[in-house]
Amino acid sequence: MGVLPWVWWYGFRRHTAYPLGSLTESLTNTMFGFMRAYVLLALWDVRPSLGGYEAVDAVTFCFITQALIGPVQIFGGMDLTERIRNGDVAIDLYRPVGLQGWWLADDLGRAAGSLVLRAGPPLLAGALVFPFRPPAPENLAAFTVATVLAVTVSFGLRYLVALGMFWLHDDRGLQAVTLVMSLFFSGMILPLVVFPGRLGTVAHALPWAAQIQVPADVFLGRYTGAGLLGALAFQAAWAAVLLAAGALVTRAARRKLVVHGG
Amino acid sequence: MADTVRMYGLLVWAWIRAAAQYPVSMVLLALATAVVTGLDVAAIVLLFSQAPRIAGFAAPEVLFLYGTSALAFGVSDILLGTTERLGYHVRQGTLDAMLVRPVSPLVQIATEEFSPRRFGKLVPAVLVLAYALANADVPWTPGRVAMVPVMVLSGTAIFGGLWVLTGAMQFVLIDSHGASKSVTYGGAFLTQYPMTMFARDFVRGVTFAVPLAFVNWQPALYVLDRPDPLGLPAAARFASPAVAVLVCALGAVAWRAGLRHYRSTGS
Repeated sequence: MGVLPWVWWYGFRRHTAYPLGSLTESLTNTMFGFMRAYVLLALWDVRPSLGGYEAVDAVTFCFITQALIGPVQIFGGMDLTERIRNGDVAIDLYRPVGLQGWWLADDLGRAAGSLVLRAGPPLLAGALVFPFRPPAPENLAAFTVATVLAVTVSFGLRYLVALGMFWLHDDRGLQAVTLVMSLFFSGMILPLVVFPGRLGTVAHALPWAAQIQVPADVFLGRYTGAGLLGALAFQAAWAAVLLAAGALVTRAARRKLVVHGG
Repeated sequence: MADTVRMYGLLVWAWIRAAAQYPVSMVLLALATAVVTGLDVAAIVLLFSQAPRIAGFAAPEVLFLYGTSALAFGVSDILLGTTERLGYHVRQGTLDAMLVRPVSPLVQIATEEFSPRRFGKLVPAVLVLAYALANADVPWTPGRVAMVPVMVLSGTAIFGGLWVLTGAMQFVLIDSHGASKSVTYGGAFLTQYPMTMFARDFVRGVTFAVPLAFVNWQPALYVLDRPDPLGLPAAARFASPAVAVLVCALGAVAWRAGLRHYRSTGS
């Protein structure tokens, strides 16, 4: 346990080492936030209070998604993949801490760095230019918890994809499939409240909803009391399931791994 | 010029043969690229599942914008998309190696790791454009019919010029790649939607500063017979080819200037 806070810290340091690069990325996130906000406003102009959102909620939602792109790494990928490909993972498996715990700590560090550098600009710009629903203090506290859980769910999914490397030797196929799922079912492309009927119900229950839709709804104050606890429990449940699956696959991978070379 | 094109073709062929060593992977990745690109269509379909008209436009008209934009962007991305990696080559020092080879560095960067998977981007674009052309409520005249290929070609050239222009900026601002994506990928997203959705000043910006409105919006106003929300003269609807030439010239000048002033990062 003692080493994991350091792994977190070095992950954080590594991902805050190039602030200029992160700033330019967040500039693009902000631009996309603007364009998507206009598109959503046009829809809400025709359908006010669609899915229980006011126009101001839709716009705020849109900028939250842009702020969360970096932290929950919606486009997927993890450094572990490359280490499995080139065999460095053997070193990771030597370590006196578990593979999954090590990479979770590293990923939480990365997410924290990304949150610090990339979340601010889109939220700030959105709040200045568009009608914006700032969160109440208690919602902000809940949002912090929801974001940590969202990153954990995202890690759980990406870790499973990365471990697929042990069997497939190439992660691009899996990567592409999960990219489609995570972009579409997280609320990244459109808020899930726009999805009609059954599709919307299913989308709300899938783990990808825990990455963006749920934290955004917490930010907007759509949950109170027991509902809020339920939303966080939904995220925590998916995180637990995915981490447990990850632990099982790690065990199997340990038996599977053959390190080539001398 | 002919020599450049021949060289481009040769290098592309070499990379395609390399990718074809893993045929299953190549086909699957092309399919996956098609699906990811198609997500934007899914978004448009979902939007119109909630309202028959948005910002004064119906689904087939927006899909027409999507088709022309995605086709133009897809082709330009296949031809020149990898120029966005210039900053990476400058940092790694691999640009120096390109400079000593007897082929234009632009051709080398543009063909680098040329992957057939990117052809997958054209699949949703072509399908949607075909659907939109069949279903959009357009009083077709010879002029309107002719405008469709003209706008796709001009749009491709405008995006191509923007790829090179934003790539060339990385000679100076090595870290600017993150931001230039808002012009290239951002432009591709923006032009999928009617400009009536966006604020006036925003539309002015993408008409006069970064001329994305000429990729498909202005010519589409002619094809769909719509008034211009900015009230520009009718000639603007036919200006796309001229704008394309201008953007490409600007890209070429910027690229040459960047290359001339390039000093290696040294060792």
